[in-house]
Amino acid sequence: MSHVLTVLPAAAGALTESGQTSTAEAVLFWVLGPIMVLAALGLLFARKAVHAALAVVLVMISLAFLYVAQGAEFLGVVQVVVYTGAVMMLFLFVLMLVGVDRSDSLVETIRGQRWIGVLAGLGLGVVLAGVVGRATYGTPAGIEEANAGSNPAAIAHLIFGQHVFAMEVVGALLVTAALGALVLTHRQRLTRKVGQRERAERRLREGGYPVSLPAPGVYARHNALDVPALDPEGRPIEASVPRVLRVRGQEADAREYAARIDRVLAGGWATGAGTFTSNRDVDDPHGRTAPTPGTPGTDATETDDEEGAR
Amino acid sequence: MSVLPAALTALPSAVGDGAVAPVVADFSNDVFWVWLLKAVAIIVFLLTSVLIAIWFERRVVGIMQLRPGPNVHGPFGLLQSLADAMKLLVKEDITVKAADKLVYILAPMIAVLCSLLVYAVIPFGPEVNIFGVITPLQLTDFPVAVLYILACASVGVYGIVLGGWSSNSTYPLLGGVRSTAQVISYELAMGLSLVSVFIMAGSMSTSQIVDSQTSVWWFLPLLPAFVIYVISMVGETNRLPFDLPEAEGELVGGYTTEYSSMKFAWFFLAEYINMLNVSAVATTLFFGGWRAPWPLSAINDGMFNTGWWPVLWFVAKVWMFMFLFVWIRGSVLRFRYDQFMKIGWKVLIPAALAWVVCVSLVQAARQLWDVDLRTLLFVLAGLVLVGLVVSFLVPEKKPAPEPGPTGPQEIDPFADGYPVPPLPGQVLPPSPRAQRRLAATATDAGDPSGPETPLEVRGG
Repeated sequence: MSHVLTVLPAAAGALTESGQTSTAEAVLFWVLGPIMVLAALGLLFARKAVHAALAVVLVMISLAFLYVAQGAEFLGVVQVVVYTGAVMMLFLFVLMLVGVDRSDSLVETIRGQRWIGVLAGLGLGVVLAGVVGRATYGTPAGIEEANAGSNPAAIAHLIFGQHVFAMEVVGALLVTAALGALVLTHRQRLTRKVGQRERAERRLREGGYPVSLPAPGVYARHNALDVPALDPEGRPIEASVPRVLRVRGQEADAREYAARIDRVLAGGWATGAGTFTSNRDVDDPHGRTAPTPGTPGTDATETDDEEGAR
Repeated sequence: MSVLPAALTALPSAVGDGAVAPVVADFSNDVFWVWLLKAVAIIVFLLTSVLIAIWFERRVVGIMQLRPGPNVHGPFGLLQSLADAMKLLVKEDITVKAADKLVYILAPMIAVLCSLLVYAVIPFGPEVNIFGVITPLQLTDFPVAVLYILACASVGVYGIVLGGWSSNSTYPLLGGVRSTAQVISYELAMGLSLVSVFIMAGSMSTSQIVDSQTSVWWFLPLLPAFVIYVISMVGETNRLPFDLPEAEGELVGGYTTEYSSMKFAWFFLAEYINMLNVSAVATTLFFGGWRAPWPLSAINDGMFNTGWWPVLWFVAKVWMFMFLFVWIRGSVLRFRYDQFMKIGWKVLIPAALAWVVCVSLVQAARQLWDVDLRTLLFVLAGLVLVGLVVSFLVPEKKPAPEPGPTGPQEIDPFADGYPVPPLPGQVLPPSPRAQRRLAATATDAGDPSGPETPLEVRGG
């Protein structure tokens, strides 16, 4: 880190001396530099994986600004399109699927992992220091000459002329990697694929509910999600309340709402809750016959079974 | 390997004027207040356009569904979206307790900011005189302007994804994940469809692409690329029929479920500005940008292609695409998610790739043999036409007649577990009563081969 910090100002200074860097570019550098360093540190120290990913995004976009400021427009924009737009987005995709707010655990899963990591990091640092320290620069050609024609055209000449072999090798490597991923994750289908149609047919064959379930809460006063709908005979339909609420026991008392409709039908006035309860199985004011067995939604246990089958 | 350098040295001369001037528009006269004026004008244009777009969408969808749409506030209900904006402003701003606060607030800002950036490189017109300064009607342009648009779009998705994640709730997360997958897949198809325009125009700068459409607009010769772009632009903006990240029937409000008040309004604003953005890109790359449509462009030696006139054509074309958006919304049903992904990966991307190869071949042939573009296009169109005519002459292969049984078929109506009515050409087996009657007549007459009454029930 210290090595990089000593190199960066020197590089900026050198550019100023050669008359290449304008004041605006220097200001941009000194504004973006601290932001990038802070974001890079954020990557190391952020507790949540998504925050670390966001710090990397910030570094990448700032880097793109610097590229554009130095006349490498194509590189800067492609940096955002490819790295920020595609690669980091895929990272984020995986992170979000791994867990919504699970922080990294700091438990070592491999013995001595930390020391191996430190050693490898040190090795990389030494190699980088060696390369950067021994690098020599030729006389700069100048941005106008480098961008002769236009910036994308100049880069195209470099990539498909001077470095075409490396490009082809990298391309072959990437294609191989993608194919490898496909082969490794491919699974032979042993059974026939079950589609929407097959599932619907099977459900009906097993005597399931043929249409969508009734929506909960049919009354203007009680249209909350936990209030069961009433069937034409005034009895509550348990299946109309979402299964999650029923499992949690957050369902409203169905009998009470059934009782209310009884009172309304009997010419009474539904006042207050729970003051008057009637069991319509015992005294049925209209002398209606018992419900037809097998009618969907009449029997709580039956509908529950249907829910389970789905 | 020795062939390559030779080919490369030949390339600049072959590419021609494309490589000489990277950008056509001349910004050398611009001073501080000129570009400030242009930037402010773009923001004002976008915000007012969004207000009108919301009203426009509701009105047009209303007319398509035989109802008036908003018609109470202001003339023709024009002030309805203003009233809605005010309502959103004064609503209670709820920050979800379990949300990741920083990201939760940052997400709508990212979405809006990125959507506002795109119009910076869209040319509204040629050079005009603004208070004595001759300057193009465009904030800026550079050799990779269209890639810059793609970059802004891809960063803008972070707003949706992060909004979905930071709400710490199931439906928004699913919406965010869907939008990630959607945008990554459809941006590929979109980028590939734009590549053919780059190849034909020889540049990625917007002003030069408009300049290259003087004789013919690219949507005509590059029709397949244009179709792919239109499909993927709908997918990119999360509009119906591809609005799966916020599918109301499945995900409540998708990534916006936990957002309210101004933060929700920002997402809303970003969605509509993005519609304007992709419409402007379609106009610039495929529909001649600010150029006047054909009969008008010939009037008075191209008078309508100079001065402030082009702004009119540009805005009209953008609104044509906005109408297309509304039209699609009013007539197409939402796709199922797996169907949507299948279209993107198995149809659009291969088609776009194949088209890019075709265009490259044509362009290479053009440069090798020095053929005029118009001649080449006519030749290709003629080839396609001849192929079409020949395909009509080829006798249609008749499908083998199915060995269908003649006469009404008796079916078992309970074969699939539930009763189904007979279709035309099918009959139900005789009912129990009819069977008894048949048996009775058989015993009475003592004739086992009694008169059979066909009990055909027609389904229609």
